[in-house]
Amino acid sequence: MSRVSTVETGSRNPLPEGEGGRRRRPGEGRLTQRISRPIVIAQAAEGHNGKGATPHPTRLRRATLSPWERGRALILFIALIFPLAAHAVTPGEMLADPALEARARAIAAELRCLVCQNQSIDDSDASLAKDLRVLVREKLKEGMSDAQVREYIHARYGDFVLLRPPMKPDTLLLWSAPLIALLAGAAAVWIAVRRRSGLAAASPAALTAEERARLDGLGVARFDDCESQE
Amino acid sequence: MIVETGHYALVLALALALAQFAIPFIGARLNDAALMRVARPAAITQFLLVALSYGALTYAHVVSDFSLVNVIENSHSLKPFIYKISGVWGNHEGSMLLWVLVLSLCGALIAIFSHAMPDRLRSDALAVQGLLGAAFLLFILLTSNPFARVAPAPWEGRDLNPILQDPGLAIHPPLLYLGYVGFSIVFSFAAAALIGGRIDAGWARVIRPWTLFAWIALTLGIAMGSYWAYYTLGWGGFWFWDPVENASLMPWIAGTALVHSAAVMEKREALKVWTIFLAILAFSLSLLGTFLVRSGVLTSVHAFASDPDRGVFILTILVFFIGGALALFALRAGALPVGGLFAPISREGALVLNNLLLSACCATVVVGTLYPLALEAITGEKISVGAPFFNTVLIPIALPLALLMPIGQMLSWKRGDLVAALQRLRVAFFVGVFAAAGFGAWYGTPFLSIAAGGIAIYLVVGGLSDLAIRARGRAGHPSFKRLAGLPLSAFGTSIAHAGMGLTLLGLAATGWGVESIVAMKPLSFYDVGPYQIGIESVSPRQGPNYSEVYAVMAVRKDGATLATIEPAKRFYQARRMSRSEAGIVTLGLGQVYAAIGESHEDGTIDARLYWKPLVTLIWIGALVMAFGGALSLADRRLRIGVARRAAAPALEPAE
Repeated sequence: MSRVSTVETGSRNPLPEGEGGRRRRPGEGRLTQRISRPIVIAQAAEGHNGKGATPHPTRLRRATLSPWERGRALILFIALIFPLAAHAVTPGEMLADPALEARARAIAAELRCLVCQNQSIDDSDASLAKDLRVLVREKLKEGMSDAQVREYIHARYGDFVLLRPPMKPDTLLLWSAPLIALLAGAAAVWIAVRRRSGLAAASPAALTAEERARLDGLGVARFDDCESQE
Repeated sequence: MIVETGHYALVLALALALAQFAIPFIGARLNDAALMRVARPAAITQFLLVALSYGALTYAHVVSDFSLVNVIENSHSLKPFIYKISGVWGNHEGSMLLWVLVLSLCGALIAIFSHAMPDRLRSDALAVQGLLGAAFLLFILLTSNPFARVAPAPWEGRDLNPILQDPGLAIHPPLLYLGYVGFSIVFSFAAAALIGGRIDAGWARVIRPWTLFAWIALTLGIAMGSYWAYYTLGWGGFWFWDPVENASLMPWIAGTALVHSAAVMEKREALKVWTIFLAILAFSLSLLGTFLVRSGVLTSVHAFASDPDRGVFILTILVFFIGGALALFALRAGALPVGGLFAPISREGALVLNNLLLSACCATVVVGTLYPLALEAITGEKISVGAPFFNTVLIPIALPLALLMPIGQMLSWKRGDLVAALQRLRVAFFVGVFAAAGFGAWYGTPFLSIAAGGIAIYLVVGGLSDLAIRARGRAGHPSFKRLAGLPLSAFGTSIAHAGMGLTLLGLAATGWGVESIVAMKPLSFYDVGPYQIGIESVSPRQGPNYSEVYAVMAVRKDGATLATIEPAKRFYQARRMSRSEAGIVTLGLGQVYAAIGESHEDGTIDARLYWKPLVTLIWIGALVMAFGGALSLADRRLRIGVARRAAAPALEPAE
């Protein structure tokens, strides 16, 4: 990676479309100021082998920077070349109270990120998802119950935001689908059995215990043993 | 020139597919052996032509022929060689061509391995296969031509979506398609049986190996896809109840039911009508999945409506084949002879219950996947049906099903003894209860994980104790000779059931996972479950067509470093997209999983750190299930081509 391209990558903001809502817009002025250190690192990496491919981490550690400087510089370097790098839940937005945070996570896992394809806001990198996560935490801090928070979000974003669809006339069929399938299947089995019950009556009756004993006495293998030997 | 040859081969394949449908079909009606004989060479040649066409497209990708629209949009001259090959199916046109390649492969396989079946059955099955091939070849040529050229050709391509640049893509779609499309064989045989009006245990013997083959491939394909999502998406999830995933799960559930009902039909001549129905259903759900994934209907009903060509075409194919098969079923199924009889408490009865529960699961997944689409189309209202819904409604069906699995295995055919079966399972039952208690003591809540973990252990022990009991025989003492003498399919059943148990245990263990989201400072360690993780260094690195920053993290326990992992964040220049590469190390059956994210001015870097106990069992279980299926497939009784000998069992000495 050349020095020029590093600078270009950092300053070509805002980024084009098509990043699944992961756009961030770091201030360009601040970025150019930050460049000084990272480029030292980039050059150090290049010095290792001419093409700039795969610098060895141990080599990097031998650079003249202190560990702290090195870490800081490298991480700024990441910020430069990965302007898109975002994350689902980030440490910064988490609540200090673990119990409250756990509740927030549980709520977030059941809310859909509206601009993503089938992701919960807890899993999504999109900025809208982050806004919603922060909103959920704010409301929890205000003392709302889990149900109140869900209702608050539901009222503003509609049914689409709930990954667990609400029970209402429109979704009755959806929620009862497993039960309907089970009942329909059971009914089908029952009808099939009834239709054949006449035939079944003609089949030989089960052995009585006495007959069973006599059969065992004769040393005749049981049916299921024959099965296992086929 | 090579590209044009490929294009031409595809057109020829279409013509041949039509011939493969019409000539043998008419031949079977006229009882003309010469016409029926056309089917086999036609099927094999059709496969060769599609393979030639596929080879041509692969060639264009490998040499980066940027005069092809498909290559421009999905390739880049710097892309690694393996992704140039796998990138062929990493896009709509190419993946449809792979679909048709597998479809024609299935036709060729029927043609090659079908010495031992009646001519009419084979001809009709190959005719149906030909019609399927013709429909999809037409679809490719009319709406999704991968050979479209553009002039002037650009210097460079737009590269493949970074998420697809992974070994996962090289393996996952071909396996999945072998599974999906493998069910077309069973579908064709079901349609052929309905057309011919003849169905018996011999038919079940013909379809069972194909069912198993498709089921194994689908099992592996789904497992592979799920592991791929797990390590590439960076938040440790492996199944999201996404419609695209459901599209592969639906045929898997139907196929699982089919494997079981075909076993009943083959052994006992019972459940004929139901088996035929499932054979139609399994492939119909594959078609439905293809429609959902390929039509764009999932992104939005409106996106579908604005560019409906492809969607409407697949929908037409879907309606024609599913509707046609079901109509045939409705017309003919009533005339099929009633099969063997059995008491409610019997192996057959247990398998009926298994099929009932599996069907309910399948119906739930289908309804859950299609409901939002239907509701939006009808009322305009948008709802989401996500993981919380599926988990809520499926767990109450799946856990009882798991409880019943070993019991069914213990019941004898025709008329079983429930009490005796339960007695045989007492060891499994007690081990399961102890295991649940152990899990509860070791890992703690959630309660669902403890219960599911106990059931999983019961399933493993129950599955294997069937083998132990059969090895013991009437004599009462276990004999290795008896065990070795058991048919492979007995091992197959037990091992596949045990594999299901392992997967269930892996799923249960997700409840015991530990997650830590931290802003990591360099050189300080963070607790994750029993381990401590710290960043040793962060460095940039240049890949062939991406640049990345990777962190070297040490995983420690009690001060000793057990492993180092390298989670990375990659940036792909051509598409200007980034993707994370998780750092994973397997410790025992669990995994430490780390993904890095944003960095801050104070030198910290955001990271998600996980300890996932027993998580590998999810995929190990799937491998074990597939291995069990493969053992059954290797059983001499089911081996393709031995059906003729098996047709005269009276002359065979007992094995």
